[in-house]
Amino acid sequence: MSGRDHGEDGVSRRKVLECMTWAGTGVLWTITGGVPHSLGIIDSAQAATAAAPGMSFLQISDSHVGFDKPANPNALGTLEEAVNKINALPAKPAFMIHTGDITHLSKVAEFDNAERIISQSKLDVHYVPGEHDFLDEEVKLYRERYGRGTKGAGWYSFDAGGVHFVGLVNVVDLKAGGLGNLGAEQLAWLQDDLRGKSKSTPIVLFAHIPLWTVYPEWGWGTEDGGRALEYVKGFGSVTVLNGHIHQVMQKVEGNVTFHTARSTAFPQPAPGTAPSPGPMKVEDAKLRSMLGVASINFKQNEQRLAIIDTPLQG
Amino acid sequence: MKTLNRRDFGVAFGLSLAAAILLPATTARADDVEVHIDNFVFQPAELQVKVGTTVTWTNRDDIPHAIVSAGKFRSKTLDTDDKFSFTFTNAGDYKYFCSLHPHMTGMIKVE
Repeated sequence: MSGRDHGEDGVSRRKVLECMTWAGTGVLWTITGGVPHSLGIIDSAQAATAAAPGMSFLQISDSHVGFDKPANPNALGTLEEAVNKINALPAKPAFMIHTGDITHLSKVAEFDNAERIISQSKLDVHYVPGEHDFLDEEVKLYRERYGRGTKGAGWYSFDAGGVHFVGLVNVVDLKAGGLGNLGAEQLAWLQDDLRGKSKSTPIVLFAHIPLWTVYPEWGWGTEDGGRALEYVKGFGSVTVLNGHIHQVMQKVEGNVTFHTARSTAFPQPAPGTAPSPGPMKVEDAKLRSMLGVASINFKQNEQRLAIIDTPLQG
Repeated sequence: MKTLNRRDFGVAFGLSLAAAILLPATTARADDVEVHIDNFVFQPAELQVKVGTTVTWTNRDDIPHAIVSAGKFRSKTLDTDDKFSFTFTNAGDYKYFCSLHPHMTGMIKVE
């Protein structure tokens, strides 16, 4: 799958598979001249950040605060480690996006703890919800905290550094047997939101579940994601950032780059390598060797991804 | 029940249900029946039960699930080892799914 996607773009199958074996902390993106380049994650991004002028932003995902099962008994602790690394960056990113599953069970204390740790980054954070953030009985905790100024279940857009960012929600009103779901109302809003934007405006779409079909057998895709992608077809630079699958996966299709970020909580198996998705228990000593760093660089005209992964430990 | 580990509990519970579950494979009388969630799968995925049967779902994954049959029943979020029971008082086919992971589907046929 990955080999076929990337083989002709100069990234070996082995490289892609390597990158999929680490769970990481966050992705640092930078935008120079309006074109996003992923500079890598945390440590390995430092040199690049210092050298490259432009706007940088971070993506973290799937912090699952409250998770305490064997795959990682202290998900709050590893979130804090990720935030500490963000704070150690020599150049402060402009802001951060969180692509959902902030909490594990949508409990008040989980939202409180997540906020307490993430706010230590002193960065503006733009959230989209994961399915784990809508589990409270009245489905109100996420919206009370992060839904201000958003539409519907929490979608919105904003502009920064000459880039148009759109946060989408694909975790509500899911249909039996189906995948992630955007729904007609949100799609109509998206079409309208993009209307009148110059085609040279770089677009970043971010949502929890991958907007493209990663592995439908495990529900890793979005039923009507293709509709959203039709609306951005004419734009010169489109970047789609997701979480949910707790591993790095990426592909390029035309002007669109798809990328999923790692979790800060626990790894999940690569598609088809286990009976099911879900928290993957590894040896204790290995967990942090699976918390790694990755740098992803792409150039608009070359459509070429370069992936460099370095484990934090070992 | 607290003193039983998962396997012991399963054995004890299974014995009490043996007649209901094991004789004709998935057909049960109006007794209690259990569905397990393991590895993102409802087991058994399809059940035939008599009117009046109570079905209890148990989540044995390390990730929460929730059981929804549109317009019929809806569980709260089930964390690891949480249970949800529903008593079927009307005949019919009840399709259900996990509202967090909609690729997980199941069926209870009530006659």
